[in-house]
Amino acid sequence: MKFKSLLLSLGLIAGMNAVHAESPFKVGFVYVGPVGDHGWSYEHDRGRQEMEKHFDGKVTTNYVENVPEGADAERVITQLARSGSDLIFTTSFGFMNPTLKVAKRFPKTTFEHATGYKRSKNMGTYVLRTYEGRYVSGVAAGMLTKTNTLGYIASFPIPEVIRDINAVYMGAKSVNPNIKMKIVWVNTWYDPGKETDAANALIDQGVDIMLQHTDSPAPLIVAEKRGIRGIGQASDMSHFAPKAHIFSIRDDWAPYYIKTTQAVMDGTYEPSDFWGGFKEDILAISSINSNLPADVKAKIDSTYEAIRSGAFHPFTGPITSNEGNLVIEDGYTLNDTELSQVNWYIEGIDDKIPN
Amino acid sequence: MDIDFITQILFAAIKTGTPLLLIALGEVVCEKSGVLNLGQEGMMLMGAVVGFLAAYTTGSAGLGVIAAILMGSTMSLIFAFLVLHLGANQVATGLALTIFGTGLSAFVGSDVVGQTVQGFQPIIIPVLSDIPVLGKVLFTHDLLVYASIVIAITIAFITNKTRIGLILKAVGENPNAANAIGIKVLRVRYLAVLFGGAMAGLSGAYMSLVYTPMWIENMTSGRGWIALALVVFASWRVGNIVLGAYLFGLASIMHLVLQGMGWSISSNLLAMLPYVATVIVMVIISADQFKEKLLAPRSLGKPFDPRQMA
Repeated sequence: MKFKSLLLSLGLIAGMNAVHAESPFKVGFVYVGPVGDHGWSYEHDRGRQEMEKHFDGKVTTNYVENVPEGADAERVITQLARSGSDLIFTTSFGFMNPTLKVAKRFPKTTFEHATGYKRSKNMGTYVLRTYEGRYVSGVAAGMLTKTNTLGYIASFPIPEVIRDINAVYMGAKSVNPNIKMKIVWVNTWYDPGKETDAANALIDQGVDIMLQHTDSPAPLIVAEKRGIRGIGQASDMSHFAPKAHIFSIRDDWAPYYIKTTQAVMDGTYEPSDFWGGFKEDILAISSINSNLPADVKAKIDSTYEAIRSGAFHPFTGPITSNEGNLVIEDGYTLNDTELSQVNWYIEGIDDKIPN
Repeated sequence: MDIDFITQILFAAIKTGTPLLLIALGEVVCEKSGVLNLGQEGMMLMGAVVGFLAAYTTGSAGLGVIAAILMGSTMSLIFAFLVLHLGANQVATGLALTIFGTGLSAFVGSDVVGQTVQGFQPIIIPVLSDIPVLGKVLFTHDLLVYASIVIAITIAFITNKTRIGLILKAVGENPNAANAIGIKVLRVRYLAVLFGGAMAGLSGAYMSLVYTPMWIENMTSGRGWIALALVVFASWRVGNIVLGAYLFGLASIMHLVLQGMGWSISSNLLAMLPYVATVIVMVIISADQFKEKLLAPRSLGKPFDPRQMA
């Protein structure tokens, strides 16, 4: 009897130890749209998958898609933290305050918020220098447009979007002094129906190059249908619009996700405000359409190289806002903090920023 | 603002208003028979996803439309059985249908999110489309837009000028009296509900095959609910429904057009425009009928029990 119970307890202890072995590092992802958007969230998910493959079993990942920005987001992030995630990436601007709130309640978990500007002891931010891609877009658009009217489907009036609108205009103006821009706010990151309506409305008003800050391929599909051109956003959208597609600004999150996960696992993580662009290969120009004229292709390449090498920064003064203020002085280049606070339109954009 | 521009806006308004029109036409027939089907969103989404899947796998948009109609009818059949045979509460069952359809469509369509299909091409009617302005606005649409007008005219004719229409209205106004003279109330209601489901499916197919030829979760964005409101505001009259649907389409477009023209009104206010405009117009249209109350079918929403005499 005694022997049996000894064996039993030994067995139990052994069993418990086996269960208590190395539990993998858990990383959670929160997406504002569906992973099938073939845009922003799709690329984040691709980054997640590559990161998981890279760590070969030591890391398990979990994602929640279609999370609306706001109270629902807080619930989802809390749920991920409570279920044992060690690191959580929240991938949309509107998740900023919910992430901050949850980060306060779970000090042992690390949080990383994309495209925001609030940080804490256990929350960092990571931002894309999307304006680099936009500047190149503007250059290509300015060269290709015949009506000298560019259309921009804008999502929400946050600094990132204002920055990008300015970058497109600057790029276009640098090759085409007669350029005009029409901006439409759709108040959503992902709504193909609205994006389709917006694209059609812009084309009806004379736009012949379509740019978008929203996440679905709908505007490009409209561009293809109506015979104008457009630029893909966040992921390679060339197969949706083989003739209309100029190029796509592609996001590649895998290197950043791998680097950050490794840092948290090693204990060397420090919350920071990471800005990545062409130089870090987190942003790239992909699928440049072969039907572009040779001089446009050359200019795209040279502009990309100039920005990537650091020789040129789009937000270098002198730059005057459309209200007449000198917002960047001659020769001065905005630093990252100043970039995150851009709230003016450059001279030449005949519009007011909505509030 | 030149004539070309106005033409384009009107063209877009009709295109945008068509999904609303299709589903409202189905619902008005259903409601005229006395059944309130709140499951429009769910049926529309299921129609959209099934129609898309069929078109995606077979390459034929036409098959997609047929599949969508069948799906919409099937969904409404479930509703009809619960409500007409088992006497379940119409409002609750309709809501359940919406939630069910929304979730099921997301699940069924999860593999093809973001894929596209070759939708319907516009059919340009010769001669008529050469009329300045009206020609381009009315006669250069795709098949489903024309179909929606034809269906609207047909329903108006049947409801107002034929015996079938009379039977439909009788069942909706006073099912007990209709039953007393030998009309099979439940059968009429079944058929009306099925028609409503078919139209919802067709409207869904229009969304996913023509309007934005992709499948995205929840792509109907509340149009089913707007259609329900539209039917009420239009006092259950087909002519008003057509007007209201296109008006809604126009206002939806204007919100984007005005922004593009540089009007610096808050885009959120502009987004309210369609809803506000539709409400205002409908109120004006039915102002003189206020005294007669809304022309709701008197038995709308009430279950009919053949065993119970009035």
